[in-house]
Amino acid sequence: MLPLLVAAGTALAVLVVDLITQPRWRWPLGVGLLGAVATAVTAAFTEPRQIGTFCAGLAAPGSDAIMPVDCALVFDSRARLVAVLVAALTVGALLLYVPALRRGDAPAGETVFLFACAMTGGVALASAGDLITLIVALETLTIPLYALVALHRRRAGEAAAAAVTFFANSVAATAVTLLGAALLYLASGTVQLRGLVSAPLFATGQWRPVALTGLALILVGLGFKVAAAPLHAWAPATYEGAPVPVAAFLSTASKLGGVVAILIVVDGVLATGAAGDDRSMFITAGITLAVLAALSMLIGTLVALRQRRTVRLLAWSSIAQAGFILAPLGGLTGLALAGQADGLLDAALAYTVFFLVLELAAFSAVVALRPDAADGGSLADLRGLGRTAPWRAAALTFALVGLAGLPPMLAGLFAKITVIQALLRVDSYRLALLVALVSVIGLAVYWRPVAALYGAADVSGGSDAGPAARVAWAPVAALGLATAAGLLLTVDPQLVYSVVTAWR
Amino acid sequence: MNTSALLLIGSLAVPLVGAVAALLVRGRGGTVVATVAAALTLLLTAPLLLGRETARPSGLWHEVDKPWVPDLQLRLHLGVDGISYPLVVLTALLTLLCCGYLLWQRPERANQLAALLLVIEVGILGTFLAFNLVLFFLAFEVVLLPMAAVIAGWGGPARRAAALKFALYTLAGSVLLLVGVVAVVTQTGTADIARLTTEQGLLPHDAQLWIFGLFAVAFAVKSPLWPLHTWLPDAHTEAPTVGSVILAGVLLKMGTYGLIRVGVGVTPEGASAFAPALGVLAVAAILIGSLVCLSQTEVKRLIAYSSVGHMGFVLLGIATLNEIGLQAALIGNIAHGLLTGLLFFLAGAIKDRAHTGLLADLGGLRERQPWLAGVLGFAALGSLGLPGLAGFWGEAFAVVAAVQRDGTLWTVLAVLAAIGGALTAAYLLRLLRRVSHGPQAAALAGAPEARVPELVAWSPLVALALLLGVMPMLVLGMSADAVAALTRAVAP
Repeated sequence: MLPLLVAAGTALAVLVVDLITQPRWRWPLGVGLLGAVATAVTAAFTEPRQIGTFCAGLAAPGSDAIMPVDCALVFDSRARLVAVLVAALTVGALLLYVPALRRGDAPAGETVFLFACAMTGGVALASAGDLITLIVALETLTIPLYALVALHRRRAGEAAAAAVTFFANSVAATAVTLLGAALLYLASGTVQLRGLVSAPLFATGQWRPVALTGLALILVGLGFKVAAAPLHAWAPATYEGAPVPVAAFLSTASKLGGVVAILIVVDGVLATGAAGDDRSMFITAGITLAVLAALSMLIGTLVALRQRRTVRLLAWSSIAQAGFILAPLGGLTGLALAGQADGLLDAALAYTVFFLVLELAAFSAVVALRPDAADGGSLADLRGLGRTAPWRAAALTFALVGLAGLPPMLAGLFAKITVIQALLRVDSYRLALLVALVSVIGLAVYWRPVAALYGAADVSGGSDAGPAARVAWAPVAALGLATAAGLLLTVDPQLVYSVVTAWR
Repeated sequence: MNTSALLLIGSLAVPLVGAVAALLVRGRGGTVVATVAAALTLLLTAPLLLGRETARPSGLWHEVDKPWVPDLQLRLHLGVDGISYPLVVLTALLTLLCCGYLLWQRPERANQLAALLLVIEVGILGTFLAFNLVLFFLAFEVVLLPMAAVIAGWGGPARRAAALKFALYTLAGSVLLLVGVVAVVTQTGTADIARLTTEQGLLPHDAQLWIFGLFAVAFAVKSPLWPLHTWLPDAHTEAPTVGSVILAGVLLKMGTYGLIRVGVGVTPEGASAFAPALGVLAVAAILIGSLVCLSQTEVKRLIAYSSVGHMGFVLLGIATLNEIGLQAALIGNIAHGLLTGLLFFLAGAIKDRAHTGLLADLGGLRERQPWLAGVLGFAALGSLGLPGLAGFWGEAFAVVAAVQRDGTLWTVLAVLAAIGGALTAAYLLRLLRRVSHGPQAAALAGAPEARVPELVAWSPLVALALLLGVMPMLVLGMSADAVAALTRAVAP
């Protein structure tokens, strides 16, 4: 509970401080940063337990229950990992926003407050134990982002359009998720994910079709948050229209939220294993996610090949990455026992961790390379920066190479190996081969921005190839932290595997 | 840490540290640092030869095994034996020569180029030294982007396209390798190459078939085997001299080495099932490579296509799967590395002087530049397989090995390969006639003779080509035991 309280407290504190210190942007920002760091620290030091909070009456008596049946919040060690990540990503996004706040492009108090609210949603989502908490937390994570996308003075037009696109798509997706949740509730008589185990109706065949429909709908709806195809179309438009730091938050923290929601649902639904010979739950979840993954990988990668704007390219690539994240879950199809799915869920989470670090590094580098620009610019704007800003360009190169899954940034390669290993363990050869082959096309995607960085600045006639923009400390700090984390995971990826598998 | 660990880890760590240092030290100092690191690496790899008498049960001369990522079965398991040692020394030698060459040639941003060469060296040495399958894959991948960067950063006019083609082709191969490696690891629960080679029956027959298929495609792209070779001529033509030398000299060897160590070693049943197909493709590569060479009009492109033919002989040797064949493949690898490395140095030297690589614009090199023409003649004769020079053993014994494998198919393949050998002579002599003989070309009119630094860079290659030609047992004696152990598993 404590991390959640700290996160919520941060949001309130920011509001109050902003009220007192109205014209100065440093105060709310400082409080927000402190609060996010405090959230991360308290989450990291809270003992993870398989015990829930806000449990329903029929929970096992006493707080030492082993199965946290019927609890709204369960702070297990996966929840701890996710809470730490969400808080860290919030710190990163806030740091990236510093140049814009200094220029007064966005009102500091409101911006930081909204980030803190989104962080609260993410922390709550991490430990959600029932469908209602899950959806409410996910919306708490998403709703502040509608406003954040639009809150930018210099580019009000595009930003408002982006916010509306995001809002309309998000509402549709939430409706699908809610319908799925309702059907699942109808079939099982409970909203407690971990309580589905004990729901008597669930085991009988009569309500199965309803439950299966509900499961597929929930997963597709949640696919929206991960920006997985076919609910991906909002992402490029929104990322491009939003301020770059908000796009960074959308493609990292918001995506993490979607992944965790999917993992929690899949975990809860499959905890019972197959009912006799009936493996329909596994098959439904597996096929739904395999289709989402395959579509996202292919569409994301192929469309990214044609992008000319930096942020759009990153947006399409992050759609492809969503496919890679979901790919291991596509291996559920062939399984029958709950325990077998653990490796797949862990692989998805491990890939997500690797991806978040690299994605944050990539967005930070885009901001750090052009701190004075309002948007991410086009690939042509990157020309020649490899000479004029060698360190920041090298960091962007490292991040992109990692996203492509290649050495020398081994973190990305380890992530790819994780996914393929998990898939081959359950004999899911087709998806494994697809993952492998799509990552070849992925190289062609990330090749272009890197080639632009180190290409000669001849197109613009040399006028734009002047000295690179002045170094702003905050985005560079975020970039440095993300790159350091990437290098750490390159040297010792076992850290991720240990943390990810610790929660069982 | 004992001596073995020090030498093995040092030979990877020194070039890596050297690469970072060369990037940080600006200007000429960076190239000097890189050259020193390359020299140190050569000094570290040379003594690996000592201590081979105290053979371990695994047959490795030196071995170090440290945990890295347990969840991926990835261990820092390095070792060296008779199959890898000559390649390791060749890699270290060629990298040193290239760094030294940069020191003299002074291209733009030489320190960055030298740093990339050192990173490539780390990858290649890692591939040859790795005895953990996942580590082997990682090292195999490390080479990809630095080599693409060398081509894209310092290459000819169409460098971007050539570099991207190289990167995509080889990545397509290596992702298949990744699937194969992970499949082996998940099915057997171990990634220890030595254990996978010696313990029979870890992998079921069917799995061996399709996994070898993946391995074969991956290594065929790298080697390259016809028809997956089309990236090679472009990459060679556009790459700077040092890039071509490393690419032809040792980078291609990763493919053939992988086929022997991983393909034949880990999936022997798959290898023997696919051997005839591999043999047919290898002979096709020899013939097509040679025929294409006959109609080439550009020096570097011609040498690049000649690589396709030469690597065809190496692959034919591997495909026979008998002791003679594998030995022929190993010595063919080394000989090709020495002679083609030398040929690319010479082609670079000629292009630097004439500012053109077109055969039609060259001629009469021997009139004013007798040394340059002499070394070129030596390299060409060695490359066409003249007895007494290194190139002879690999080609001759690949044919012998094919004849030894009885059966109509193999005899036909042997005959065709021998014809291909004759074609090799034809195109290399054509190269000599066009470049060295005839009236002096206008492009070469005022060109200087070979300079001392150039001759210094070439002389080790010349000397080794002669030495191996006279005493092939230097390499064959080392690898005999290891090859015998390998062929036992695939004996038909």
